Amino acid sequence: MSEQQTQAWLDELCAALPAGALLGRESFRGQHSLLVDPGLLVSVMKLLKDRGGFRYLADLTALDRLPREPRFLLVYHLWNHAERRLIRVKTEARGEPPTVLSVTALWTTANWHERECYDLFGVEFRGHPDLRRILTADGWVGHPLRKDYPTMGPPEVQNWVPPRYAPPAPAATPAGDEGAAS
Amino acid sequence: MGIEQHIDNRIVTTTLEKVVNWARKSSVWPATFGLACCAIEMICTAANRFDIARFGMEAFRASPRQADLMIVAGTVTWKMLPSVIRIYEQMPEPKWVIAMGSCTESGGIFRSYAVVQGINRYLPVDVYVPGCPPRPEALLFGIMKLHEKILKDPFLTKKYAHLEFPRATAAGKEGELK
Repeated sequence: MSEQQTQAWLDELCAALPAGALLGRESFRGQHSLLVDPGLLVSVMKLLKDRGGFRYLADLTALDRLPREPRFLLVYHLWNHAERRLIRVKTEARGEPPTVLSVTALWTTANWHERECYDLFGVEFRGHPDLRRILTADGWVGHPLRKDYPTMGPPEVQNWVPPRYAPPAPAATPAGDEGAAS
Repeated sequence: MGIEQHIDNRIVTTTLEKVVNWARKSSVWPATFGLACCAIEMICTAANRFDIARFGMEAFRASPRQADLMIVAGTVTWKMLPSVIRIYEQMPEPKWVIAMGSCTESGGIFRSYAVVQGINRYLPVDVYVPGCPPRPEALLFGIMKLHEKILKDPFLTKKYAHLEFPRATAAGKEGELK
């Protein structure tokens, strides 16, 4: 497929996006990126999936741009199996803690991707059914892939004593308090 | 001369401790347990070229309850540490630990938040085998050192000396026997 054809296809796709959703667009060496408004992320993604044919979420990760504000940039890689096309969608996570809408309703695989992103970057995904840590050990403190995280971790990590025997689970933990438990 | 000559060299006199230690060191069964690239060298050690079966150790037990030796082979991450400790605790006494490779001993090249900086902070290590990873010869040398240690284990004479069993003496002072 020629470059012109690809650009025409991309123009058509961008035109179909909701008004005000597209904040930027970049094509570099045959790779196409869209910067979208975080408030309209889910509707953009739904359109890309249903109309653009991007049925596969290949990757979901974050970028720590310290000291820029907003600090975290979410990056989604979508793949179209039928037309063999890749598109990159970026959006900014605003607020404190940085929050972005969850896309688990569109791609089931986003569940673990978003848990990983939350674990390592501390980005919260609104609408995620089960947002808790996935990679780090129990009772972890902090988010290791943040640029201001010390290489050896905070003292809590190095002085950590693993629970010899798992304590009985508390009857009811308040939501979003899993860091203090265990 | 000695009692052996008297009984025509058909019986060897020794101590119970030596016999038991000899039996223990002759069949140290390791737990089937590997964490990283060191585990590949451990597998090589078990295979026919280096042949750990020469020392009665070919039976890598899948259950820690049947194992005597834990070869901690590889990088121990904080995430894995509770499982490592749990496997150690499930092994019956007497049990020994070999820390194999730089990562296990000190964190090695992984001076990072994710890696335990030395398993000796959590497990009683008997023998350290340095290397990245150690060759099978090095692991075998460490195993030889462990065998030497087991042979010298004073588990009857020293380890339980504080229990003070009643002893029969010639004067009959300590025990009741006369």
